[in-house]
Amino acid sequence: MAKPVLLVTRRLPPAIEARASRDYQVRLNTDDTVRTGADVLRLSQGADAVLCCPAEKLDGATISALPATVKVLGTFSVGYDHIDIAAARTRGLPVVNTPDVLSVATAECAMLLILAAARRAGEGERLVRSGQWNGWAPTQLMGTLVSGRRLGIFGMGRIGRELARMASAFGMVVHYRDMARLPADLENGAIWHGDDDSFLAACDVISLNAVGGESTRKWLNAERIAKLPRGAVVANAARGTLIDDAALIDALRDGQVGYAGLDVYDGEPKLNPAYLDLQNVVLLPHLGSATTETRDAMGNIVLDGIDAVLAGREPSNLVR
Amino acid sequence: MKPRLIVSRQIPPAVAERIRAAFDCPFPEGRDMTADEVIAALTETNADALMLTSHLKFGADVIARVPDHVRIAATCSVGYEHIDVAAAKARALPVSNTPDVLTECTADLTFLLILGASRRAHEYEAIMRAGWRRGFGLGEMLGSRVWGKRLGILGLGRIGQAVAARARGFGMQILYHNTRRLPEDQELGATYYPSLEAMLPHCDVLSLHAPGGPRTAKIMNAATFGLLPRGAVFVNAARGALVDEDALIAALESGHLFAAGLDVFHNEPAFDERLAKLPNTFLLPHMGSATMETRTAMGMRALDNITAVLAGKPPIDPLWT
Repeated sequence: MAKPVLLVTRRLPPAIEARASRDYQVRLNTDDTVRTGADVLRLSQGADAVLCCPAEKLDGATISALPATVKVLGTFSVGYDHIDIAAARTRGLPVVNTPDVLSVATAECAMLLILAAARRAGEGERLVRSGQWNGWAPTQLMGTLVSGRRLGIFGMGRIGRELARMASAFGMVVHYRDMARLPADLENGAIWHGDDDSFLAACDVISLNAVGGESTRKWLNAERIAKLPRGAVVANAARGTLIDDAALIDALRDGQVGYAGLDVYDGEPKLNPAYLDLQNVVLLPHLGSATTETRDAMGNIVLDGIDAVLAGREPSNLVR
Repeated sequence: MKPRLIVSRQIPPAVAERIRAAFDCPFPEGRDMTADEVIAALTETNADALMLTSHLKFGADVIARVPDHVRIAATCSVGYEHIDVAAAKARALPVSNTPDVLTECTADLTFLLILGASRRAHEYEAIMRAGWRRGFGLGEMLGSRVWGKRLGILGLGRIGQAVAARARGFGMQILYHNTRRLPEDQELGATYYPSLEAMLPHCDVLSLHAPGGPRTAKIMNAATFGLLPRGAVFVNAARGALVDEDALIAALESGHLFAAGLDVFHNEPAFDERLAKLPNTFLLPHMGSATMETRTAMGMRALDNITAVLAGKPPIDPLWT
């Protein structure tokens, strides 16, 4: 029996392209050319399955125009804002994604941001690379101690809970703010706050790990920043929209926020240029989940889902 | 009358505050002094005590010139390679250091090196400072995940154990090599290797926490780096002398090592600038204890040692007995 045909819209990690090539007649994108919805329609003629990425907007019109041969749509992402799920449901097209596998890598990135910001790693790195380092000095680049401090986590989902586990191993005391208190086994000793004021006052370090969208837009604004202990450390590896950038920049300038570590930005890949002039921020280009292990795991779980649908089985990662 | 103190180097404000209150000191906030200036100041002020840091090479020649009225020399550091302890002992000058107070701080920084090197923090920061404005392919600029990996620790002492505790929060498996195996209650599940060579092939990440001295000089060299699995991450927040930097640079250039995180160098501050030209390094300027909290605690501990000796008691952290 001929292998089924799989369209892969973008370049994927080598191990994943190898697996896809082994199991499918695969249409790869070796040049990693950006694809539009129209490109996906054109390239999926005769395909049994499509593996897309968040860069392609698959709206209702595109979904309904997909060739009838396409029996499953996979996305190389946890999120599926780029896919009109209702249209897929109407057409009877199962969609599979990559849940869970990004949590630890993203939590790891949040912990890196906390440590790098609090310990002034950006400044230290630039000092060494500049060739201007004159030697060890007792008061040089003194940052703030992370171990033993209070960490406030805004949004205690999977990533927040992984971060809590990591931070506890640094002797940090974990507080969290979420709509509802977690069951004790998931809470794991962390202290729940039902209101912003008591939560913010407990944050020597605050990590944002909440979902994006209108309900959390600019959640960390001037008013809330003022309620943090003076000199607090702010980390964001979740969504750029959670922060009012102008307010955070003001606070970083006047010392209300001591240090910040950011992996995501409102309007990325553009960012507020004022960040680039600040020394007390560590900036990463939204690579929170960018590890070989994580990308391979994402590729494997989405291919598992596509395999399952084509074999007539129920995939574990079906978007409902 | 307050005891007289000379401070050879700048110190944090809270430590200066305590000195102002309890001592007679010409520069309570410290200033950077040469050995000659230190000897002159001790002599001119008829000083009772000296507080120093590692910048002052306190060798036999300098110790011989310390006037007899000086009753203790306390260094604000855990390391004391800059002090000739035998020479101090020979003339019965008490010398002390500041152990314990920087354990957690240094362990935090060690883990920052592990994360920063594995997750390519230097390259990412440089992209940002250049303005970013481009997306990445799904296989581009990928780092190495730390979570769940095997961490080898050379020297599972106080700081090594604090690093191991952090690593457990990342689901890491801990391997270690010491001259002697630790009691089981201190191992906390870590796997002991009687030789470094036997441990290295199993280390996805290797962190050094060994003491200095001739037995560990360049313990990481071409042969030992070669025993690490390809793609391993190497970090050193302990001592630059533990590493043959030529071999390290070769291993980073060939890709045998995925990345290195370094807070210490063979020659400081005139370190080998080839390291700064490599993309897969994460480099910090010897900041292991560089927090306000810890540097203050170190200064206070040095003052505790001085206060004890001036009260006729032995130092709390003697370097000789």
